[in-house]
Amino acid sequence: MVQAIVFLPLLGAILAGLIALFGAHARNPSGDELEHHGDHGHGAHAHASDTINEDASVIHESHHEPGDGHDGHGPTEPAAAGSRGAELITTALLFVSAALSWMTLVDVGFMHHDARIQLLPWIFSGDLQVWWTLRVDTLTAVMLVVVTTVSSLVHLYSIGYMDQDPYRPRFFGYLSLFTFAMLMLVTADNLVQLFFGWEGVGLASYLLIGFWYQKPSANAAAIKAFVVNRVGDFGFALGIFAIFMLAGSTDFETIFHAAPGLTGKTIDFLGWHADALTLTCLLLFMGAMGKSAQFLLHTWLPDAMEGPTPVSALIHAATMVTAGVFMVARLSPLFELAPNAQAVVMFFGATTAFFAATIGLVQNDIKRIVAYSTCSQLGYMFVAMGAGAYSVGMFHLFTHAFFKALLFLGSGSVIYAMHHEQDIRNMGGLWKKIPYTYAVMVVGTLALTGFPLTAGYFSKDAIIESAYASHNPFGVYGFLMTVVAAGLTSFYSWRLIFKTFHGEPHDEHHYEAAHEAPLWILVPIGVLAVGSILAGFPFKELFAGHGVEEFFRESVKMNPHIIEEMHHIPATIAFLPTVMMVMGFLISYLFYIQRPYIPVQLAKEQPGLYQFLLNKWYFDELYDIIFVRPAKWIGYQLWKKGDGFIIDGLGPDGVSARVLDVTRNVVKIQTGYLYHYAFAMLIGAAGLITWFMFGFGGQ
Amino acid sequence: MTTWPILSVTTFLPLVGALIVYLSRGDDEAAKRNSRWIALWTTLITFAVSVILVMRFDPANPDFQFVEKANWLATGITYHMGVDGISLPLVILTTAVMPFCIIASWKAITNRVREYMMAFLILETLMVGTFSALDLVLFYLFFEGGLIPMFLIIGVWGGPRRVYASFKFFLYTLLGSVLMLLAIMALYWNGGTTDIPTLMHTAVPRSLQTWAWLAFFASFAVKMPMWPVHTWLPDAHVEAPTAGSVVLAAILLKMGGYGFLRFSLPMFPLASHDFAPLIFTLSAIAIIYTSLVALMQEDMKKLIAYSSVAHMGFVTMGIFAGTMQGVAGGMFQMISHGIVSGALFLCVGVVYDRLHTREIAAYGGLVNRMPLYAMTFMVFTMANVGLPGTSGFVGEFMTLLGTFKVSIPTAFFATFGVILSAGYALWLYRKVVFGALVKPSLASMKDLTFRECLTLFPMIALTILFGVYPKPVLDMSAASVQQLVNNYNTAVTAVKAAALLQ
Repeated sequence: MVQAIVFLPLLGAILAGLIALFGAHARNPSGDELEHHGDHGHGAHAHASDTINEDASVIHESHHEPGDGHDGHGPTEPAAAGSRGAELITTALLFVSAALSWMTLVDVGFMHHDARIQLLPWIFSGDLQVWWTLRVDTLTAVMLVVVTTVSSLVHLYSIGYMDQDPYRPRFFGYLSLFTFAMLMLVTADNLVQLFFGWEGVGLASYLLIGFWYQKPSANAAAIKAFVVNRVGDFGFALGIFAIFMLAGSTDFETIFHAAPGLTGKTIDFLGWHADALTLTCLLLFMGAMGKSAQFLLHTWLPDAMEGPTPVSALIHAATMVTAGVFMVARLSPLFELAPNAQAVVMFFGATTAFFAATIGLVQNDIKRIVAYSTCSQLGYMFVAMGAGAYSVGMFHLFTHAFFKALLFLGSGSVIYAMHHEQDIRNMGGLWKKIPYTYAVMVVGTLALTGFPLTAGYFSKDAIIESAYASHNPFGVYGFLMTVVAAGLTSFYSWRLIFKTFHGEPHDEHHYEAAHEAPLWILVPIGVLAVGSILAGFPFKELFAGHGVEEFFRESVKMNPHIIEEMHHIPATIAFLPTVMMVMGFLISYLFYIQRPYIPVQLAKEQPGLYQFLLNKWYFDELYDIIFVRPAKWIGYQLWKKGDGFIIDGLGPDGVSARVLDVTRNVVKIQTGYLYHYAFAMLIGAAGLITWFMFGFGGQ
Repeated sequence: MTTWPILSVTTFLPLVGALIVYLSRGDDEAAKRNSRWIALWTTLITFAVSVILVMRFDPANPDFQFVEKANWLATGITYHMGVDGISLPLVILTTAVMPFCIIASWKAITNRVREYMMAFLILETLMVGTFSALDLVLFYLFFEGGLIPMFLIIGVWGGPRRVYASFKFFLYTLLGSVLMLLAIMALYWNGGTTDIPTLMHTAVPRSLQTWAWLAFFASFAVKMPMWPVHTWLPDAHVEAPTAGSVVLAAILLKMGGYGFLRFSLPMFPLASHDFAPLIFTLSAIAIIYTSLVALMQEDMKKLIAYSSVAHMGFVTMGIFAGTMQGVAGGMFQMISHGIVSGALFLCVGVVYDRLHTREIAAYGGLVNRMPLYAMTFMVFTMANVGLPGTSGFVGEFMTLLGTFKVSIPTAFFATFGVILSAGYALWLYRKVVFGALVKPSLASMKDLTFRECLTLFPMIALTILFGVYPKPVLDMSAASVQQLVNNYNTAVTAVKAAALLQ
């Protein structure tokens, strides 16, 4: 059954990929020669290049605006044969996979049928033995459900959203490929397979962000996402090496078994005698920071919004970006033994939660607001991880997947209705035009802000409580940051709703044409809206209550007291997040419904702060100055000066130049004048005689 | 076990093919076609024979197999051939890559086809011979002989600066090998024989170890190439014809790594141990330095050439880590790099044949017209980046893992290559393949032909197969590598123990 869950998406990806390839090949003929247009005289030449220019401009036009299909002027290029087939195959396979996942959750979570299936030997060398293995315990089963559910709904949604794009089969192939990689990630039984899934989702993310490859901004964002993730993977890889050196294996069971014996060991890491487990956990956490867009490695996530909206919902909200959280939960037996590493996790989580929320306050692109919100919510999850309340973090991961996917797909529906307008300043008053989308977006916002009894209410409040109850050195910091961020979250979320759906329409033309999306789109967001309400209460005890031990069992190693202590915190503290939520809502209401001139005035009065937030704390500019440009400059210098001047200059070129010099001088000696030669002979003879006389005479 | 000299047949079959090409005189179209077909069939049959080698090879046996021995020159210098788990994968790599080279040159080479094919066939004999020779003199002949056809291939069928490049290539490598010749003589006087298996079990005095190691190092480091003697490689690659680049990247570079594994580690273990920090430093510098340089390249082939140097840095680092994973990883990385970089040069050749330029700036948006090409290039780009699931990952991962145990700083700095490789490889892909197709010169570009698919698709299959299931390659070399590592560590620990006692 697990094999089916994991490999059905791969099958779908391969089939869709083949359909895409055959379709693309049918449109673009083979041939290894250019048309020779230079051979037919001048007139013919001019004519030929004219047609080519025309040709090029047609191509240019027809592809320039990605997803332009929605605007009514259809694509000139026909879709591949079997496009609908590719959509239906991948979607159907994903739904089967999702159904099986829910069955697995019941089977594993409640019937306790954990599974471990060895598929194929992978890397075998000496004591390094890595298998392709599928491991299913409760932690994995929860992830399976999240991934396949959201993915199947996103597939369904995409049938509607991408209906005019000629490259649909490729899109669905990528989506399914992503799902496969993500499933390999969550079912990994060793660090190397985890790394496989980790980079696999990175590849899929790269391909999907750059799906509209004619847009330079999309290409740049795709590369940025991959490279920034690689910075995280740099740490991840070193972490794997360190673990292998310490425990002699990459299998989770062996590592966890060996971990208690490793406390107190040190590693000499670049002259720093680090505690072995702390160092390892920090290196691995670096990977998590990259993938989950935590503070300092977050810059790729907002740019990733260049991809089609369903991608943002699936990859950059619900699943891939939570891989870092999953990884920390999976490695909880290590992190529990490394309290310093936990402190770092808590610090970065709390900082991200606050920092991303502040940027979200002033953004104007609907998708970017939701993206920063995702970043901030991921910070919340890491706060729970740092507190040792792994199941609580997983709870938020679970509920967040529903309401954040909902918010993204809802934004997609808005964008669809507004003909690819993403700037909320140009929207307004839309609730009359698209009431269904409005309703589900409000549900998503309620869940995100933690309105009582919605999914987010249970999970988010549990995280704030866990931060308060934790004994982490950064516990108080984490608590304060998450409480403040709760208020900010509420503010920016309602700002989005008010500016988009209320007030006066700002773009009459688009407003008039706005219409509700087709059923393909409405059904998935409806399902997610239901999920955003129901994913909380029924699961509360399992994730954050007394059912944790029974439900998760061995799959995570919780801090033994955290759940108990969470239930004994003062009632005022427990109410604080809700108070913040209400305050955020009221201020937002005041700013954007009652007195819309206040935010404008505020921005004018505090231009420095406003620009600072609007420009995302200037991280992109900073990184450009301290990393990107120096790397290029050094590369150029090494190439021209290092290779060209020093190595070649002193090496081959220098040597050959010296040889030439010598020959040239030798040639100069041969002047052709007899007396020169005679003089040389005389000197030579004199020298020889002297040498014989003194050399041999001395003996 | 074997009734016929299967290894010699594999080695000299291409030479027979070259002879047949030589005998089929003429310079018209028919003669050209004939020599192409003869060359192709020769390489295919050679490959088929080498497959028999694989089938009869016993991977559990760490010693040399298919051994052939005959008297040759003076006493102690014999015609001695044989393969073990370290050389056999390289032999197969050679025989497997050659047919692709011939197919890739099918249309690109139009003048002096006969000579071109002969050069390639002779080169194949010399390369297979290098990997299977078990006598130092024989090895030296094959090793150095390989220079000549390659020199000609670059110098005759190369690009505009071919003469400069071919001389640079020749001088660099020759300089290194002169020193190696001296070391070979020294070894002969020390052991009284040039028989490699015998020399492996002959103790070499420590001072001689140091000098001999340095002499061999000079030769292999240039071949590899290691920083700072790498500058011949970008020039040679840029000027060489496509198939020449493929052979250069896929096989000739591997001779350096093979030399380290065959001579430096087993014969001079103490010197290897002493010099390991030097190798680590040079490897780490190579990885970071050349990756940074690759970031700024404007020529497709130069970029891939620099990335080759970086990838070879992983190999040298892994080999001299002296751990099982390091050495086996270095071995695997050589095979994987042979496939991946060979295929990348084929990919460059595809567009070069159409547009006759390698300027990155001349391209852009090819995916609009060449979807198959875009897919193929993507697979190899990702393998070059070292994405798990492709063969590029396994080698990098194993070498780094093996090195981390021995030298954490080396592994730390080398891992930066993981970030930088993503930078330059994806940048190249974006500039060439992605984007809108606006340049008029590209408007009539056409997708891969059947012939080009024939060269590239098997490589895709191998890249992914070895990425998911590298066991065939790892198993083939495991026993020999294990023996090598054991001997090396025994020798090193023995000396350390002796030093402690004093």
